[in-house]
Amino acid sequence: MCTTCGCGSGQTLIGGHQLKPRRKPGVPVQYRAPAPLPNPLPQAGEGANDSLREIVNIGAAHDHIHAPMDFGAGPAGAHAPGLSQARMVRIERDILSKNDAYADENRSYLTNHGIFALNLVSSPGSGKTTLLVKSINALNGSLPLAVIEGDQQTDNDAARIRATGAPALQINTGKGCHLDAHMVGQAMQQLDLQDDSLLLIENVGNLVCPASFDLGEAHKVAILSVTEGEDKPLKYPDMFRAADLMLLNKCDLLPYLDFDADLAVENARRVNPEIQVIRVSATTGVGMEAWLEWIRAGCLSTVAAKRP
Amino acid sequence: MHEMSLAEGIVQLVEDAVRVDGCARVRAVWLEIGQLAAVEKESLRFCFDAVTRDTIADGARLEIIETPGQGWCMKCEGNVAVAALYDACPVCGSYQIQVTGGDAMRVKELEVE
Repeated sequence: MCTTCGCGSGQTLIGGHQLKPRRKPGVPVQYRAPAPLPNPLPQAGEGANDSLREIVNIGAAHDHIHAPMDFGAGPAGAHAPGLSQARMVRIERDILSKNDAYADENRSYLTNHGIFALNLVSSPGSGKTTLLVKSINALNGSLPLAVIEGDQQTDNDAARIRATGAPALQINTGKGCHLDAHMVGQAMQQLDLQDDSLLLIENVGNLVCPASFDLGEAHKVAILSVTEGEDKPLKYPDMFRAADLMLLNKCDLLPYLDFDADLAVENARRVNPEIQVIRVSATTGVGMEAWLEWIRAGCLSTVAAKRP
Repeated sequence: MHEMSLAEGIVQLVEDAVRVDGCARVRAVWLEIGQLAAVEKESLRFCFDAVTRDTIADGARLEIIETPGQGWCMKCEGNVAVAALYDACPVCGSYQIQVTGGDAMRVKELEVE
C-alpha cells in the first residue's frame, strides 16, 4: 500500500503471481502520470469504465506523483469557479456491492458445476490448516477437492496441503487482512476445479474483516480452538453471526484447560441462534467423522441442486 | 483494516455515479451505516480521506447517517431495538434474536457540482 495516499492492492499475489487488475478485457492498463498528465476523468464509452481505478489499483507499479486534477476537463467540461452548482445525486448502493457482484459470479459458477465451497475463518493459530490436512487425509480421495489458501505472506500452507496430494493455490494478500471475491474468482480460474467437487477456502487468520466479504461460498465455517477464550464469539460477534457452522477445535486439550466448552457454545448461540456446532480434535480425530459427514451431506445437496 | 477496502468500494461507487452524471467535483458523500454493520466509523473516515486523494472525490466531506439496529425476538415475537449483536432482548432477556435491520452499509447520495 502506498504510504502517501493509502492506495493500492498491488501486493496481492495468487500462486506467487500478481493479481490481475480489475478491468475489462482488452482495455489497456493506465499507469499514473505520463507527461503530459492524462485526463483525470475517463472518456465516456465502452471500455473506459475502470481506467480510473486502474491508476489506484496498480499499487506497487505506479510512481507517486500526486498531480492536481483539471476539473474542467471532465466529460461535463463545465467547471465554473466561484459558482456553486451543488446538487445531490442519489446512489443508494451497498458499499460492498462490487465485492458482492464478484461473489455472485463465483456462486453461480459453483452452483452450476455442483461445487460445494466452504470459507473457513478463524483467528490465527486455531488449527485451520491442520484441520484441513487431516480432513483431506480422512476423505482419502473419496471426494474430488481443491483448496485455496489465504495468508498475508508465504506459500507454506498451500505446500502443506499439496503434500497431501490435493491441488492447492496460495493467495498472498500482501497488506490485506482478508480474501475478497475477486481474488477467489481468479484463483478458481487457475485451479482446475472438477464438477461435483469440494472447494475449501482457508481465509486469512482474522476474526474481524473476513466476516464482511462474501466469497461466493455455500457456508462460512468458523473455527474456535479451546486454547482461546469462551467469550471469543462475544468479542468478535460479526464473524460468528456470519458463520453457519462452528468447529470447536483442539477438544483433546480440554482436560488440561479451564475452558468451558458449553459456555463457548452458548456464547456463539447468543450472537447466532442458528449456528451449528461440532466439537472436534484434528490431532486425535475425535469428532472428525461428524464434520466429514456434514461436508458429504453438503456436497450431495449441492450436486442435487445443480441445474441440469 | 478492512475499512480501507470499504473506502475503496465507496470511491468505486462514487466514480461510477460520477461517470453517469458527468459532474465536475464531488463535495460530499452521504453514507448510511447501520449500528450493527461491521465498520468502525472513525477508521472509515481516515481511510476515506486517504483513498479519495487525487480522485474526483478529493477533499469531499464524508457524512455518515447511522441507522439503529433492529431485531426480531423469537420469544416475544416482536421487533426490538438491538444495540449490539450479543445483546439480550430488552423486553424478555432472551438471546434468540434475529437481526432484521441496521446491519447495512450503503452509499446513499452525493453532493456534486
